[in-house]
Amino acid sequence: MAKRVGMEVALAVAEAVGQCNIDMAAVYPITPQSHIGEHLSDLVADGKIDAEFVTVESEHSAISAIIGASGTGARVYTATSSQGLMLMHEILPIASAMRLPLVMGIANRAVSGPLNILNDHSDIMPQRDSGWISMFVENGQEAIDLSIQAFKIAEHKDVNLPVCVNIDGFQLTHMVEPVEFPDQELVDKFLPARVPFATLHPSNPVTMGAFAMSDYFTEIMKAKDEALKNSKKTILAVWDEWAKIFGRTYKPVETYKAEGADILLVTMGSMGETAEIAIDELREKGVAAGLVKLRLWRPFPFAEIKEVLTKAKKVLVTDRAVSFGGPGGPVCGEIKAALYHEAVKPAIYNYIIGLGGRDVRVSDFTSMINQVAAADASKVTDTYEFLGVRE
Amino acid sequence: MNIVENFDLFAPRLINKKELLSSGHRACSGCGEVLGVRLMCKALGEDTVIASATGCMEIVSSMYPTTAWEVPWIHVAFENAAAVASGVEAGLKALRRKGKIADRDIKVVGMAGDGGTMDIGMQALSGAMERGHNMLFVCFDNEAYMNTGIQRSSGTPMGASTTTAPAGKVSMGQKTWKKNMAEIMVAHNVPYVATACPSFPLDFIRKVEKAKKVKGPSYIHCFTVCPTGWRCPSDQAISLGRLAVETGIFPLYEVENGQYKLSAEMPKKLQPIKNYFKSQGRYRHLGEDEINMIQGKVDKEYGKLLNKVECLKAWD
Repeated sequence: MAKRVGMEVALAVAEAVGQCNIDMAAVYPITPQSHIGEHLSDLVADGKIDAEFVTVESEHSAISAIIGASGTGARVYTATSSQGLMLMHEILPIASAMRLPLVMGIANRAVSGPLNILNDHSDIMPQRDSGWISMFVENGQEAIDLSIQAFKIAEHKDVNLPVCVNIDGFQLTHMVEPVEFPDQELVDKFLPARVPFATLHPSNPVTMGAFAMSDYFTEIMKAKDEALKNSKKTILAVWDEWAKIFGRTYKPVETYKAEGADILLVTMGSMGETAEIAIDELREKGVAAGLVKLRLWRPFPFAEIKEVLTKAKKVLVTDRAVSFGGPGGPVCGEIKAALYHEAVKPAIYNYIIGLGGRDVRVSDFTSMINQVAAADASKVTDTYEFLGVRE
Repeated sequence: MNIVENFDLFAPRLINKKELLSSGHRACSGCGEVLGVRLMCKALGEDTVIASATGCMEIVSSMYPTTAWEVPWIHVAFENAAAVASGVEAGLKALRRKGKIADRDIKVVGMAGDGGTMDIGMQALSGAMERGHNMLFVCFDNEAYMNTGIQRSSGTPMGASTTTAPAGKVSMGQKTWKKNMAEIMVAHNVPYVATACPSFPLDFIRKVEKAKKVKGPSYIHCFTVCPTGWRCPSDQAISLGRLAVETGIFPLYEVENGQYKLSAEMPKKLQPIKNYFKSQGRYRHLGEDEINMIQGKVDKEYGKLLNKVECLKAWD
């Protein structure tokens, strides 16, 4: 049985990636990701992992370099945050169209401006339609587990897509948490060597990243969409296998005291744990509130979301980013779309919370839920609210 | 003896017969750039992986589901060919060290046009060269953004008319001096930098072969005539390349570990640049004063180059 240790989550992520027999990593410094890159380079410098660590001159080159290395058949990793992810934006859909199994850790941070180094989800949301598998974690242990699982999912022969693991910056990356590393032998068994579909090698020359106009482009886009949707089967199978070997279960949509709840709160990322405390308090006071935590952002778990949310009268969706001039928060927009065709559907309320690192306390969750509990569901509108905003 | 005149005699011994960039690609007739790429591939041989930037050479060679490439080839985007190449190099290095692929020397080559090298790709190239990857980067410089329609780049020479720096009633076209990219690469202290032109095929091939043997980063700046963009007859692609060299507009030289060496192809006495300008539509608007002004700069720069050849010997 693996030993429990206290470790900063960013370092734990690097340790976990180090357990995956990676061949190459390219990481550029940015707060709050930097500790992942620093610790990975420590592991390489100490000979604990046999990999090339490429100290690129930008995040754009980080993602470009790992694409090149992945093309050779190498197992590759990068990590970034915020502006770094925005700089990579151009290359993200190319990576998924090239069907390369990249793995990226994202220490989620607000996007400028104004410049802000603290946590929200405004960096990952503009990447939503890039064709990447995108997952969120809630604590250090999940960050370790999903970072390892990500390679297995990405490299699976039925997937061959890039995967990003979203880890809330500071709130998670800089916390020292009790975590447990899986035994190396078990990881090696769980994650065998990558078997690439094609590689850049003179023994069998291939052309990667060809030019395609209107006669093929639509088919390639459809193939990417199908691949991303189909990846869910593999994701579920990998989580099933993980549970059997390591005893920790993962689902696309996690729930907490959702059974019999009239009001369901939806969170994504590290705030789930704070929200759990709020649900406990409300349940003690007799409020029938429950929690739904979205783990899988892409492919979006439509079936699971419908299954759990249609049972409630009211749904309170929290978003950590804004779709300016649009439907409010991107998570809420997705949930509304998922429920549109349901015959019986809950009233949906949307709160934008925790932007740029603004603290969201247990009392904030209880007060949001109490407000929604008091609202008349027949009068719900398509508005959204910025929690605690000074106007 | 002029080797080019006895080409049939010498070629089989001097040039790899195998075509690694196949015919049937979609380049314009008279394209100097695709000739450069073809010769580069011949010099590199089969143990090569190429990372290409977006641009003419990418779109003419890789129209899905066809390909002209007989060597492994990857294209990702416009500005990142050097970064992709550095990743390919790092990936192959790790896999080879870990015994996951055969223990075999493979040269990784990045390639881009003047825009993809000197403008938008400059940062990625500078980073890759500074990091010391075992890779060759070749800039195929046709002096403007030809793929998008002859817009000016920092490689466009003074006085040339382009679609974004056109000659007009109050404009002589390009108002800036061409960026000296080879010198910028020399400043990165890489072991080997050279300039070349496919109008001098054996010189170019020899330089690519030399770069291939370098353990570390190397850079070749290859001057390639673009009849479409330069508004000149397509049968002049070779002769204009020769004139660019023989007028000193684009001198051929090598810099090995900081030591400059003029290539044997350089004439003892340069021709006047007007001989090079006259058949090109992009220079047609230039008057005598403007040509003299440019001639002055060419003479000065060539003099500086000759000085570097001499003076830097002291630092060998």
